Amino acid sequence: MVTQKGVAAKLYRSKDGLGVWEHRGKVAAVSYGYSPCDRRWDENLEHSLGAYSMIAAKKALEEAGIRLDQVDGVVSAPGPIGEPWAPRPYFAPPYDSEDGISLVTAEWLIKNMGLKNVRFANSEASRGHGQVLGMASQAIGEGLCHTCLVLFPFGNLAGRYSQAGSNARETATGNGQWSMPWGWGAAGAGFAYGFNQYCRKYGVNHDMMAPFVVNLRRNGRMNPMGYYAQHPEEPLTVEDYLASRWVVKPLCLHDADRPVNAAVCFLLTTADRAKDMKLPPVYVLNHNNNNFEARGLTHTAEEMGQFGDIHARRMYEGSGLTPSEVDIFNPYDGFTLFTQYYLDAFGWHGVKKGEALHFYQGDIRVEGPHPFLSSGGNNGTGRTRAAIFTDCIEQLQGRAGPRQVHIKAETAIAGCTMPHTCAWMAFGKYPD
Amino acid sequence: MPRPIPVPDELSKPFWDACNERRLVVQNCTACNRMQYPPEKTCLGCGSGKSLAWREVSGRGRVDDYVVVHDSRLRLWQAEQPYNVALIALEEDPGVLFLSNLPGIPVDQVPVGASVQADFEEVTPGQLLLEWRVVSQPQRPAQRKR
Ligand SMILES: [Zn+2]
Repeated sequence: MVTQKGVAAKLYRSKDGLGVWEHRGKVAAVSYGYSPCDRRWDENLEHSLGAYSMIAAKKALEEAGIRLDQVDGVVSAPGPIGEPWAPRPYFAPPYDSEDGISLVTAEWLIKNMGLKNVRFANSEASRGHGQVLGMASQAIGEGLCHTCLVLFPFGNLAGRYSQAGSNARETATGNGQWSMPWGWGAAGAGFAYGFNQYCRKYGVNHDMMAPFVVNLRRNGRMNPMGYYAQHPEEPLTVEDYLASRWVVKPLCLHDADRPVNAAVCFLLTTADRAKDMKLPPVYVLNHNNNNFEARGLTHTAEEMGQFGDIHARRMYEGSGLTPSEVDIFNPYDGFTLFTQYYLDAFGWHGVKKGEALHFYQGDIRVEGPHPFLSSGGNNGTGRTRAAIFTDCIEQLQGRAGPRQVHIKAETAIAGCTMPHTCAWMAFGKYPD
Repeated sequence: MPRPIPVPDELSKPFWDACNERRLVVQNCTACNRMQYPPEKTCLGCGSGKSLAWREVSGRGRVDDYVVVHDSRLRLWQAEQPYNVALIALEEDPGVLFLSNLPGIPVDQVPVGASVQADFEEVTPGQLLLEWRVVSQPQRPAQRKR
């Protein structure tokens, strides 16, 4: 079974006016598994992204009590995210190509885990870590498969991202001719610019981000799948954050998530089958995958605010939830300087336009009344993009351990990645 | 200061040729009367592929906002860190944005809201690059906190 091109696009929900999702409550997330979360691949094949993907997938199956022969769907957001392994020489099979090293396709996982009964496989969403959960949900809803592994491999090899290739050249070609001559080429520069606009508009400032980021790291240290739980450091303090070096001011080092080498795998199935599995089902209430174009060179704060509104509108429409009915909210924070658009737009816990940074000054701890991003997000767990979703499942199953929120946890919304390209999931403890 | 040198292609050549004549041109869609920069093969407003024409504009604009790059991924720029990159909003349509290093403006002292005028700097023999020069400070300087 291999990916059939063009299938993914037919499975996404990407429009207004689609109404409540037709498979709402008929699909369930049951379990997930995770690998060790390393800073970089150490070039030991037992720690490769492929090996880690298999560890994560096996754990997801064990947790749910599912055998390999029961799996009939595999979806991956294969990557690559960072740099390729090439031109370094490959290894003996199954490490004789990038697949298994800098990326992991559904096909690689199927072959190397010996999954014999797969009838739906898809690897089209190369970096679509939010998209694959929605794609699998829709595939299950439509009967393309009934028991589906959803893989989030996230590779990080030695060295820094994006320092080679066109960025190292003395000429600027293609899209680069509109940015590189003026030095526009730092990670998150557009979000830094948008953040300045946002601050100017709403009279807030970068220092107000400190309690938010500190709390993300705090939550992350309580999330065993994450980098900071597996590699404890001194807890991040407000002072550390304020003293952090700038990457592209006003975006500082602690506003960026930490690249890691790790894999996470989810198990999704039908609501009917989920009832017989070892963990309580968490029902999928909706999914959306929305992509938007900026008018010009980069996204403005105004545009990102508008994109946020559309994300929120579509997720509320498809899930049937209203803002006050969302208990757990885990929007993406890969750069923390865009998370405010999501909070402002979804209106979680009564937040209105321009109020997000004020909200960060309140009690957002998991023990408190407003446990925002109880997952720890990407910032608190490392760049797997998975914690925002695993936390929704755990909170609704009541097994988030020290991160278990003290407020009601019956519904959840999470999405990644950036405001102009974000895919969302809504979950419920109950199917209706 | 060595900068990555733009390499004109079929789509962008009219823009870079105009720079060499010290003129600023942007695409304009005659179907929906919308200006567009950077150039695209189709109008992102109405989707038309046949209604895009180059239009000369005033070269007047305003500093919309800026960032200070401390950790660039662009090798040639790493020696210049930290440096300003401002976004310039075009007078005729503030939705049209250009990048600028605002030559002469000290790092992190960019006058947001200031009026600017297009200027052209030689980036390599035979190619001028669009830049912007501050011509008057904003009436009320924006307050910047850390
Ligand atoms: Zn048009």
